[in-house]
Amino acid sequence: MYFGLSEDQIFFQENVSKFLEDQASLDIIRSITEGDSLELQGEIHSGLVNLGLGSLLIPEEFGGLGLDLLFATAVSQSLGGGIAPIAFTGSYIMAPLAIIFGGNQIQKERYLTQMSKNSIRIGVGFSQYIGARDNSTIEMNSNKISGRSLFVLDAKDATHLMLSDANGVIGLVSKNSSGIEIVELTTVDKTRSYSEVILNNVDVDVLEQTTSSNDAINKAVDGGRIILAADSIGASQRLIDKAVAYSKERKQFGRVIGSFQAVKHMCAEMAADLEPCYSLVWHAAYCFDNSPDEARLMACHAKSHVSEISKMIAKKATEVHGGMGFTDLMGLHYWFKRIGVNRHTLGAPELVREEAANIQNF
Amino acid sequence: MDLNYGAKYEDFRKEVREFCKEWKGVNFKDSAKIPMTQAFEATGVTMSRSEWQSTLIEKGYFARSVPKEYGGFGGESDIIKNRIIASEFSNANIPAAMGGQGIDMLVPTLLELGTEEQKKRYIKPTLHGEMIWCQGYSEPNAGSDLASLQTKGELVNDSWVINGQKIWTSTAQYSQMMFCLVRTEPDAQKHAGISYLLVPMDTPGLEIRPLVDMTLKAGFNEVFFTDVTIPKGNIIGKRGEGWAVANATLGHERGSLTDPNATVNRVNSLIDRMKEERLDGTRLIDIPVYRDKLISIQAKVMAFQSNSLRVLSSKLNKGQDTKIAGMIQKLVGTELRHELEGFAVDIMGEVGTLYEDSPHLRDSGSWQFLYMYYLGLIIGGGTSQIQKNIISERGLGMPKEPKAQGV
Ligand SMILES: Cc1cc2nc3c(=O)[nH]c(=O)nc-3n(C[C@H](O)[C@H](O)[C@H](O)COP(=O)(O)OP(=O)(O)OC[C@H]3O[C@@H](n4cnc5c(N)ncnc54)[C@H](O)[C@@H]3O)c2cc1C
Repeated sequence: MYFGLSEDQIFFQENVSKFLEDQASLDIIRSITEGDSLELQGEIHSGLVNLGLGSLLIPEEFGGLGLDLLFATAVSQSLGGGIAPIAFTGSYIMAPLAIIFGGNQIQKERYLTQMSKNSIRIGVGFSQYIGARDNSTIEMNSNKISGRSLFVLDAKDATHLMLSDANGVIGLVSKNSSGIEIVELTTVDKTRSYSEVILNNVDVDVLEQTTSSNDAINKAVDGGRIILAADSIGASQRLIDKAVAYSKERKQFGRVIGSFQAVKHMCAEMAADLEPCYSLVWHAAYCFDNSPDEARLMACHAKSHVSEISKMIAKKATEVHGGMGFTDLMGLHYWFKRIGVNRHTLGAPELVREEAANIQNF
Repeated sequence: MDLNYGAKYEDFRKEVREFCKEWKGVNFKDSAKIPMTQAFEATGVTMSRSEWQSTLIEKGYFARSVPKEYGGFGGESDIIKNRIIASEFSNANIPAAMGGQGIDMLVPTLLELGTEEQKKRYIKPTLHGEMIWCQGYSEPNAGSDLASLQTKGELVNDSWVINGQKIWTSTAQYSQMMFCLVRTEPDAQKHAGISYLLVPMDTPGLEIRPLVDMTLKAGFNEVFFTDVTIPKGNIIGKRGEGWAVANATLGHERGSLTDPNATVNRVNSLIDRMKEERLDGTRLIDIPVYRDKLISIQAKVMAFQSNSLRVLSSKLNKGQDTKIAGMIQKLVGTELRHELEGFAVDIMGEVGTLYEDSPHLRDSGSWQFLYMYYLGLIIGGGTSQIQKNIISERGLGMPKEPKAQGV
């Protein structure tokens, strides 16, 4: 028995962290989110794709690295820690999973091969399946798709979009097909892209297995949830590290604030809350890879629990920094907001807990 | 226990209610200082903020007990009437009188401790919204430990010459004046060396640098002083008495950060939102988990509002002890508002995370904005941890934390 990341996983994870430290400083991320350094954003993306981020989950037979979700989970922690301003959960986790589990052989070859070469990128919109807001609907038949999907992930620089209807049928469209309109949404988290996609009788390639089974969409959603939870863990850890470091430097009343029990306890609570989250999320990823019967429930737990913990950490870590914590200068809010949007992407905690109860037939 | 205010007050309530009906839809041409907080339906008269202040003062709905000669209404102090005004305005959703650090903190201080000349000069334009003030207390190294502030004031040829830096100064960029704490007696003990000075913001040598906060607005500023020279008379209280003067106003600030009527208003807006918003076709207000959490927050808000009513009662009835009920207001009020605004974001899911000018934005993005803004207020005006120190040490009489060696 060994419960933990492997040497390979840790090595890769550290490479990603190191890359982000070097290439994506807070100043760079700030200017990217202000829309000023889009080329730099492109470079960060290509750099990470060169490290293999785009093809982690794609099987070797289609040119990918053929790694498992636990591996991707380890990577996602680094992306959250470094608030990486790139597409990941949609394009490089959910999209390949949906195709691997829902596509026929032709579709797998068509898409996975190109994805592993980075010649196509896919944005993902499953909110119809997870929970529809604002009366959005998607109607799909065997060759046409119409309707409106909100909060499509990673659509901005994508070449293709993958959308689902309320039943979990998944279709792919090419982004430059006629009849597609894309509206950029602005959330508090500007490190990643969220869009509304409006479709009017657009040609669609329906993933064959998804017309008869929900397995593919469930796999994609479970994987996405675990990856988002890992991203929030990475972001939370970074906030704790910053709070602890600050509390050892900042002096008030002639002592470092870290010597006040109130501050110590805030930090200890954050650590005590976060520590089990690592185990939960790795365990969920392990189940995803090895134990399909438990996978869905564990993914729900990982997503909902980490969302609650990281929300509290985002607040407390800001508090430890006092007035500085509230400034843009300190930039803590980038992590705060990333955690805030992760919380709601692919289902807010209450909804995911409801699902967890249903999965167990309660 | 008798929660009736009596016939005299019920008549007054009717009068205020009429007024609210008459002015329903009033709105302002000059932008509010805190963006996105509350939009008022623009269905009525449009005027400037200061015209609205004047209208309210004329009726006695604002600055009620401030003497006429200082620009107030000149009536007797009547906290029940104030309460009625606040709650009727809130119910009718028409704008209450302006607040801010000048009105909430400086005016009460001047009334209590200012000279006749200072009262005549500053109170009227402040009440009428023509003179905006900022509070220059905190410095980079003096936040929770405010009394360690180092900005220096020296008396040279009958003028104060000020050098140093303030930070987190809210609204400094819109202000005409600053009331600030400055170390004028470097040899005196920490708390005894501070004076309370009044500084015109256009004095040469004073530089304001807006400081963007997590909401991405410049809610506060850094203010730098290089030989800023002001008249000797721009001081409230005596030299070295600034700490006591400031403490008189900190109490006012902590009260004004947590208006229970505004909180009640937000719960009501939240309920409206939950009736309108749908998830998979179901109204949010019909989803059991959200209903439960809503009611739990509503109960907390009712408890908070009742608490403030009891604090009010203790001001009318001698001998009623509400020391702790008063002390907890800043802590409970700001934490509660943060929770409430955050819950609204939560129920809306992804839609709740939308910001700025995004399509599908709800209520001008005010929920997400205030969720963050109230985290700022949990920190500003004395952090939650400092509030807990005050409650335990001064409220519950618990021993103080040991001081660091040599300080
Ligand atoms: C939105 C906002 C608006 C503001 N507006 C103004 C303004 O208009 N004018 C003005 O003068 N100032 C203003 N401030 C400053 C505010 O008063 C200070 O930020 C606040 O008092 C905390 O000080 P600090 O930032 O230095 O934090 P620090 O004092 O450095 O505190 C850091 C952490 O240590 C903790 N801590 C410190 N001392 C103790 C202790 N003894 N026991 C336990 N814990 C402790 C704190 O609780 C906090 O968690 C504003 C701040 C904010 C956030």
